[in-house]
Amino acid sequence: MKYLITLLVGMVFGVAVFVLLLYYNPFVGNPSVSPLAVSELDLADFSYSLVARDSIAFTNDGESRIQPYPAKVLQLWEPAVKKTRAFVTVLTDSRGQPAGLGVKFSSDSETTRLINGEALVDSVWHIYSPEHGTFFVDQTENFWPYLHDIVVPARLSGGDSWRGSWYRITSVGPGALGIARVTGGSGVFADTEAEAVESITASAYSAITGPVAMTGNLTITLPRQE
Amino acid sequence: MSGARCAGANQDSQEQDLLKTFYFGIVLGIAAAAAFVYFYPVVDQHREPSLIAVLPNGGNSESFYIRLPGDRIMAGVSGSTEATPSALDWPEYDFLVNMQTELFKVRNEKGVVIGVASRLSGTSEQHGSFVEWVVHLPARGSMFITMAANPSADGYREGNLKAGTREFLTLNGAIIERFVNEVDDSDSDDMGQIELVTAFVGLAEELE
Repeated sequence: MKYLITLLVGMVFGVAVFVLLLYYNPFVGNPSVSPLAVSELDLADFSYSLVARDSIAFTNDGESRIQPYPAKVLQLWEPAVKKTRAFVTVLTDSRGQPAGLGVKFSSDSETTRLINGEALVDSVWHIYSPEHGTFFVDQTENFWPYLHDIVVPARLSGGDSWRGSWYRITSVGPGALGIARVTGGSGVFADTEAEAVESITASAYSAITGPVAMTGNLTITLPRQE
Repeated sequence: MSGARCAGANQDSQEQDLLKTFYFGIVLGIAAAAAFVYFYPVVDQHREPSLIAVLPNGGNSESFYIRLPGDRIMAGVSGSTEATPSALDWPEYDFLVNMQTELFKVRNEKGVVIGVASRLSGTSEQHGSFVEWVVHLPARGSMFITMAANPSADGYREGNLKAGTREFLTLNGAIIERFVNEVDDSDSDDMGQIELVTAFVGLAEELE
């Protein structure tokens, strides 16, 4: 009997060691340098706030930490869309001026592999920019560093919050070097394909209400003008 | 004397065996946790069976439905007093003046919600008129659809699949968008529904 108890205690210890190895795995993480930094093409930058109340509309299953906004917006409670978030936001340019309107859908990805340091999300953007036209961005994003560096520390902290200075690229595909794919609809992008990279800059997060001071940034290569 | 020494030796041996069992337990725990994390799906999206009809050309056709107003998540139009939801604070920027932005839930033929969609339509001096859809089905992938700006005489709009992800990545084809005023379900409060009928072929089929 005491051998069985010893084995079980050892196994619990082993699971704890594995969880720690998984959490502190130094070989995983998203890059903080954009692969588009070396692109010869012109780039367009779009920024937006990740705080739900700063958006035009945000919705999810209604049971998550981040509450849907505004009041009475339909919630995505049906089984097929329960792990999906939708939001509509005004995009600003690098000077902070309104530069477009973006709709983003993101769903938890079935290709998520925590053992590889991957908490993946399949996301798509539908964007209208008065300067560039309309386009579609599809990508896979990895939120493991976000969970690791911000969400878990916020939960563990006594004040249920996190403060700091954090920047990571979230795009990890589908293109080489983790680049997102852009397909043009109308305007400058009509019938063209381009590349994009999305990143997050965070300075405050609440374990109770979600992002407090956090911005997303979408950098897109502009098609070459013939 | 030798009996006491023998008992001590037995106790040492037992302690060593217990220690070995403990170490073995640690290795077993790590292996079991690794196997669990590797094989257990962390995310398992709910799937509804795809209700697809095969077309004579070998392609496939599928219909998606949006009941109005029940499936409208958001609708924003500049200058309009009737926004959805009612508390929506639609920004009044010049570039949004001739634009309409809508978000919907999307249903399959059986009326089950299987995804979400956005519809952007508008007119600008620089880019002309556009009507576009992004249909996002979490378990299957997404479609980016561009429609003709003007509807046909019969009241429907034709469009093309511009881009797709996952299940729709290698597909190509046409989409018809039409508004149907009447809904069969008499108990429903719906005013009507938007139908999106797709007719897609795979790239390989197209090459043949």
